[in-house]
Amino acid sequence: MGYKAKFRIWRGEAGEGALEDFVVEVNEGEVVLDALHRLQATQTPDLAVRWNCKAGKCGSCSMEINGKPRLGCMTRMSTFTEDETITVTPMRTFPVIKDLVTDVSFNYQKAREIPSFTPPDNVKPGEYRMQQIDVERSQEFRKCIECFMCNNVCHVIRDHEENKPAFAGPRFLMRIAELDMHPYDVADRKNAAQEEHGLGYCNITKCCTEVCPEHIKITDNALIPMKERVVDRRYDPLVWLGNKIFKRSGSGSGSAKSG
Amino acid sequence: MTQTTAGRPTSEPAGRKQRAQIKARTLRTDRWWVAPAITFAALTSFLVYGFWAIFDKSYFVEPYIAPFSSPCLATSCPEGARFLGLAPFGDWWTLPPGFLILGLPAGFRLTCYYYRKGYYRAFWLSPPACSVAEPHGKYTGETRLPLILQNLHRYFFYGAVLIGAVLTYDAVLALRDAEGNWGHFGLGTAILFINAALIWAYTLSCHSCRHITAGRLNHFSKHPLRYKMWTFVSKLNARHMLLAWLSMYSVMLADLYVRLVAKGIINFPFA
Amino acid sequence: MDIERHEYDVVVIGAGGAGLRAAIEARQQGKRTAIVCKSLFGKAHTVMAEGGAAAAMGNVNSADNWMVHFRDTMRGGKFLNNWRMAELHAKEAPDRVWELEAWGALFDRTKDGKISQRNFGGHEYPRLAHVGDRTGLEMIRTLQQRVVALQQEDARLHDDPEAYIKVFAECTITQLLKEGPAPEAPISGAFGYWRETGRLICFDAPAVVLATGGIGKSYVVTSNSWEYTGDGHALALLAGAKLINMEFIQFHPTGMVWPPSVRGILVTESVRGDGGVLRNSEGKRFMFDYIPEVFKDKYATTEEEADRWYDDQAGNRRPPELLPRDEVARAINSEVKAGRNSPHGGVFLDVSSRLPAAEITRRLPSMYHQFKELADVDITAEPMEVGPTCHYIMGGVEVDADTGASSVPGLFAAGEVSGGMHGSNRLGGNSLSDLLVFGRRAGAGAAAYVDGLAARPAAPAETLAEAERAALAPLARGDGENPYEVHHELQRTMNELVGIIRKSEEIREALEVVEKLKERAANTGAPGGRIYNPGWHLALDLRNMLLVSECVARAALLREESRGGHTRDDFPAMSADWRRRLLRCGLTPDGAVSVVEQEQPAMRDDLITLFERGELSKYLTEDELVAYDTLVKES
Repeated sequence: MGYKAKFRIWRGEAGEGALEDFVVEVNEGEVVLDALHRLQATQTPDLAVRWNCKAGKCGSCSMEINGKPRLGCMTRMSTFTEDETITVTPMRTFPVIKDLVTDVSFNYQKAREIPSFTPPDNVKPGEYRMQQIDVERSQEFRKCIECFMCNNVCHVIRDHEENKPAFAGPRFLMRIAELDMHPYDVADRKNAAQEEHGLGYCNITKCCTEVCPEHIKITDNALIPMKERVVDRRYDPLVWLGNKIFKRSGSGSGSAKSG
Repeated sequence: MTQTTAGRPTSEPAGRKQRAQIKARTLRTDRWWVAPAITFAALTSFLVYGFWAIFDKSYFVEPYIAPFSSPCLATSCPEGARFLGLAPFGDWWTLPPGFLILGLPAGFRLTCYYYRKGYYRAFWLSPPACSVAEPHGKYTGETRLPLILQNLHRYFFYGAVLIGAVLTYDAVLALRDAEGNWGHFGLGTAILFINAALIWAYTLSCHSCRHITAGRLNHFSKHPLRYKMWTFVSKLNARHMLLAWLSMYSVMLADLYVRLVAKGIINFPFA
Repeated sequence: MDIERHEYDVVVIGAGGAGLRAAIEARQQGKRTAIVCKSLFGKAHTVMAEGGAAAAMGNVNSADNWMVHFRDTMRGGKFLNNWRMAELHAKEAPDRVWELEAWGALFDRTKDGKISQRNFGGHEYPRLAHVGDRTGLEMIRTLQQRVVALQQEDARLHDDPEAYIKVFAECTITQLLKEGPAPEAPISGAFGYWRETGRLICFDAPAVVLATGGIGKSYVVTSNSWEYTGDGHALALLAGAKLINMEFIQFHPTGMVWPPSVRGILVTESVRGDGGVLRNSEGKRFMFDYIPEVFKDKYATTEEEADRWYDDQAGNRRPPELLPRDEVARAINSEVKAGRNSPHGGVFLDVSSRLPAAEITRRLPSMYHQFKELADVDITAEPMEVGPTCHYIMGGVEVDADTGASSVPGLFAAGEVSGGMHGSNRLGGNSLSDLLVFGRRAGAGAAAYVDGLAARPAAPAETLAEAERAALAPLARGDGENPYEVHHELQRTMNELVGIIRKSEEIREALEVVEKLKERAANTGAPGGRIYNPGWHLALDLRNMLLVSECVARAALLREESRGGHTRDDFPAMSADWRRRLLRCGLTPDGAVSVVEQEQPAMRDDLITLFERGELSKYLTEDELVAYDTLVKES
């Protein structure tokens, strides 16, 4: 059943490094992460790779396999031919710590820049009443396992390091959409999405959706709807006029949260 | 009480951290360039056709009008081709009548969220494919002019609804024969109806439409009717790409068909 | 070597549900709090929890209340539970769940807009608040985002988001620091290393909350992630605290067995609840042969009756596939041992012949995807192969129910690393609520402890030097023993000899192996540098796994009865006498594991009278029953 698989793995520290060749035994039914673990146990005990649940639920083992962002635990060896050399590299958008492990602190930094869930003051715990259809959209985004592959693949920062300060990345623009669609959130997130978190940088080329291991429709269900909500606020004179006429008084939360 | 209090923020040691130094533009081993190449070829062929069609004069033959030139609003339009018999523009308009209305459908497709993806990838290579480096040194996306105008998509959507109505009207008129009697049904009629249906499907599957129906609301449960519409549009929207291509080719083929009939190249009895 | 030093009021080790809830509580009470975790922030094993959080909110069935939940919990734990913990848990779980909602969690809803609740094994009413089958993820994310919210508040107030709560991610604690070596000496901090850089780090803090989860990585087949190396159990032992109930380990009956890479990963109980049946290699639905005497009247005896139950639950008895987890796990184990196993050493779990394909994908979407993507098996067309997998340890640090305090001053524990709450067997859904209830209590307990201190304890200087020497030792032995091999051998040993079914001889054999492995572990080496070196990390984790494994084995050897997560082939019956005894593991001054018996305190009067005499008579001794009768007569 087993065969010797050929791997080419980036090894190095703090940016300096190179692709190194390895041959490792692989058995039926295994995934790339299994092969890496076997390398650790038999040839390179210090090969650094981040992992946790090994079931596609924690989003730790993000890496690039043959140039594509993938979870190591969800990439079956049977998707490659036996004589193929499989190239495994760390995520490109983030600084590398060692081998396949990258410094993903960018993402935690961005997470902190997005104002948290802001419920109205007068609702006590236990008093929340929400219909299933009203929470479903945000629930889809909360399936996110934070593997950060969407942020890794997004060319806005992958190809342009200088955009990092201005752009939150698909993961956190989706977080804004999740909160903006939350039935009880009263914060105004539309202007901030455009001005502070760089929604305008997104050119909806959909790579985030393509790599999402949870199959969240990031572009269609989060980013584009968010762009449309921004248009409501900033670029639509009809809506602006309508708000002026019909909602003269409730300018604050009224226009922020239509419906 | 032994509690500590927060001191001044300590800055982390600024270790020089870098990305992995990998020279290759991409390590992808699949034929990632195929998809953008096809998009490039298909969109280019459409543009070439459109450029030809707009200057082509044989856009009308009773009871058919070529979709690229409808609604026909110029004085130069033949009597039967005029939309509702009107010619609101005066004699001064001497360019092909198609130019008058070209902006609406072209603008709709140009600012469409799907086409944007398509041409940003295939024409502007930004990026050509996922995890393939783009060749540009600088990128500002849709944050400034001119691309910030993409935000006008919804106005083009309103315009596209009008175009859809016109094309449906044209198809209905194609149920008359050359003398104006109802009851005709030629291949052309069928083509115009199919085209109108696909144009509607594409138009209604638009992301802006989805937003307008109920996407902008946070409480679907309070607007059951709009929620129903949203659900319907969402289903269509999932196929927006497919509908974009189908309707683009259907409008091109319908247009070509009418012109071929008008030119007499197609003249079989059930045309 | 320079050691990075930080001063905090409370250090929480572990960033799963319990750890985060504890940290949030400590910070909300104004304490400067550090969260130290081995993985990235938000990756803790809690994300794997599927079913839900049990809380008697009564949203679906208004007859539910804390007393019913309390009874279910005690019953599930075979009355070995710390009753005070079970009481607090049942009473406080609803508030903890509602609190999550106010922090942004989005649970599935009932028709009237409340939190929906689902049925689960052992719970009398629909009780589990859930989000599809990813409730654990929702919980972690909500707590993580709550921490971020507090940091944003601190950024506004103090200009530093990390002024009062900071996460030290990918940082492993190797030792707890104390004022002195005596068991009663107070905690003064914790020592460890950054996984990323290998740099050593020391926290000076009077209170430490352990929330490190379980010990599953001592077994080959487990649903647990690599982090589950029993760190908290071992740190507590080494600091002088006691562990109880270590012999009770829950084996989930249905884990994947094929392909090898996903061996042990859970197949949710709902598969069986929705009609899935277990068959052996002969195609026989074998569970009918394994209905124990005590359950005879509650479970169907023919396939026909069992099949009718899915449509008419009132008029028929349940199919035996839905027996408690321990029963099903043992049955599968017996079939495999008798040679009637599936090709890869499990049994077949078949839903494909029971439901139409569309129905399967609708009801079990994530299972469908899990098998499709991980095993390339289409569960709508062919049966799954499943077998028992090490899932949860009921045992852990002995704590005070109300505060989470261990016997060591300043040391607290919450979640899976603490013991007592679940008795000998945990009900599904009770762990997520456990994390919230006791996480909060431990955080509050730690805060109150800090408030009551006159001075901050400090560790003697030589302790730090010793900790540093121990942490760096494997790096100095570049050509030492391969830690991966030692680990594999430990896993095999525990799996085979101290697994689901235990025998005296086998446990003794395991103890001998563990003894040898301890020597080998002391000589493990890690080639390579200090930067993110997994070989080095594993070499250090081995100490913990070995220590905990020894506790499990020693306690399992002593307890001569079968109860919940502890089954002795040589003592198959449950003993009322043993119910009153807890096994308490500790370390002797020279570092050896010792296990002593301790009497289980009797249940409070108002709690024991919540039960019928008929039920209690299955568990209690004659003396206890007489006391019960007197009690009932008096009232």
